[in-house]
Amino acid sequence: MQTKVTLENLNVHFGSNHAVKDVSLDFPENSVTAIIGPSGCGKSTVLRSLNRMHDLVPSARVTGRIMLDNTDIYDRAVDPVAVRRRIGMVFQKPNPFPAMSIHDNVVAGYKLTGSLKRSDAEDIVESCLKRVALWDEVKDRLKTSAMDLSGGQQQRLCIARTIAVQPEVILMDEPCSALDPIATLKIEELIEELKEQYTVIIVTHNMQQAARVSDSTAFFYMGELIEFGLTKKIFTTPEKRQTEDYITGRFG
Amino acid sequence: MEITKTMTSAMDRETAAAKTAFISGNKAWGDRLFRWLTLGFSASILLILLIMAFEMIKESLPAIRKFGWGFTIGKDWDPVQEQFGALPFLYGSVVSSILAILMATPLSVGTALFITDIAPKKLGGAVSSLVELLAAIPSVIYGLWGVLVMAPWLQKTVQPFLIDHFGFIPLFQGAPYGVSMLAAIFILMIMIVPIITSITKEVLTAVPTAQKEAAYALGATRWEMLRVALLPYARSGILGAVILGLGRAIGETMAVTMVIGNTPQIALSLLAPGYTMPSVIANEFAETTSKLHASVLMEIGLILLVVTLIINIMARLLIWSVTRGNSGRSA
Ligand SMILES: Nc1ncnc2c1ncn2[C@@H]1O[C@H](COP(=O)(O)OP(=O)(O)OP(=O)(O)O)[C@@H](O)[C@H]1O
Ligand SMILES: [Mg+2]
Repeated sequence: MQTKVTLENLNVHFGSNHAVKDVSLDFPENSVTAIIGPSGCGKSTVLRSLNRMHDLVPSARVTGRIMLDNTDIYDRAVDPVAVRRRIGMVFQKPNPFPAMSIHDNVVAGYKLTGSLKRSDAEDIVESCLKRVALWDEVKDRLKTSAMDLSGGQQQRLCIARTIAVQPEVILMDEPCSALDPIATLKIEELIEELKEQYTVIIVTHNMQQAARVSDSTAFFYMGELIEFGLTKKIFTTPEKRQTEDYITGRFG
Repeated sequence: MEITKTMTSAMDRETAAAKTAFISGNKAWGDRLFRWLTLGFSASILLILLIMAFEMIKESLPAIRKFGWGFTIGKDWDPVQEQFGALPFLYGSVVSSILAILMATPLSVGTALFITDIAPKKLGGAVSSLVELLAAIPSVIYGLWGVLVMAPWLQKTVQPFLIDHFGFIPLFQGAPYGVSMLAAIFILMIMIVPIITSITKEVLTAVPTAQKEAAYALGATRWEMLRVALLPYARSGILGAVILGLGRAIGETMAVTMVIGNTPQIALSLLAPGYTMPSVIANEFAETTSKLHASVLMEIGLILLVVTLIINIMARLLIWSVTRGNSGRSA
């Protein structure tokens, strides 16, 4: 399998807190990689270093290299804005723009630069909403506020907003943790589909979910990468004791 | 705002008293007493307002009887001849406040954005406390500065410049007086910028990080983030801040009286002196020439009250129409 994103000796510090310790890892292209581990082990921190979200946190310091294809996204010459265009992100809590309609939320990425023809916008909105299986539920009220949707619908809208700008990699930080089982199932089906076109990296606390949706799994503990491999292998015959304890729920 | 603050703290004390008094007795009884007390307090506010309005109407009745509706569009003002018209004051108040708010709003929103999202933390904090300090300066000090420093500067520098370069626009025609509508607009702007800025700052700080991150994650630059996520989310709050500023501007008396020139005329040029409703009341109330004169001033006060009410109602409608699109979150 081709590698899409590579972490090389990634370290993240928040002030004196060494949150991610010397992590090296290859994320394969067109597949789903799950990041699992106990709370506070640095999963979100790893994920957020992939789209340079830590740039916004003054106390955060990121060292090491992150290669997207063949460019180091932390290179001085690289514009973080350009990185975020190629690496999209879906957050734990749905965060549509409340002042925008459903329609405008989907094309929000284009609204940034303000260059989108009306007819193009309609096409994009329809195809993206169809991909996230939201079209039938909202096609008659595209002009209403995104806040009128349920939590699960809002999250699917946020995914639509992310894929609308056609990134290459999609990061998801516990995208289902605020959702009920049915909404969760829909998102999982969606992730399954997304990997045909995108490289998906998902943080999850739900072992079954990791086992269901991912092809590879990375297990983190206290800021370190303990084990990384095919999901099938990690969940059946893990090499490390800590991994086994965690996935069988015998942890701590 | 001050009044409501004192009211609530008084109410807090009452609650505490009520609690200790009835802690061992009948709880329902204490609850009922508390409910009546609070009801009494809020009713008394309404009552004070009603009494005030009633008194003002009563006092202005002679003027209302004599001049009728014509008073509001009358242009002449001569207490000795008992000729009274409110239009110059109405015009002065509305024009100075609205132009002041138009200038103050972008300045304030810009300053607030600088403090919350652009400046480094320390610098932002410094600017922020400076702004708070400005808000605390008594208006008579602004007036003094306005009349001693700003007006001469306007007369010697700004107004001649405007006349030379923009004299073809009626707004900037005539002689440079210094004390003028323009001076009032400037002083009002300087006085309301701190209020609008500090409220806008609070509103902007309250915007969830998730909203900003949503924009950044889509590949927004900082400017695009402000435009797409921050400002739309905060707009109803900012609108509220602007309206508060407008209310302050229209009621501001002291500083405006000192710099506007106090001439009851309607001049299209901003360089000419003008007059406002609060200013004429403050200037002439102590030395009214007749009962009718006093009554007329009362009526101007009444008009001021009505104008303020209308602005508030329009403001509410505006906020309501803006927020209607985003139910699901409070303004
Ligand atoms: N913005 C921040 N400022 C300071 N420290 C942070 C920040 N974000 C994360 N940390 C620290 O980094 C460490 C890892 O946090 P992280 O959020 O990555 O954990 P996580 O594995 O995602 O946990 P969870 O499963 O609870 O989401 C923690 O010790 C946390 O306190
Ligand atoms: Mg996390």
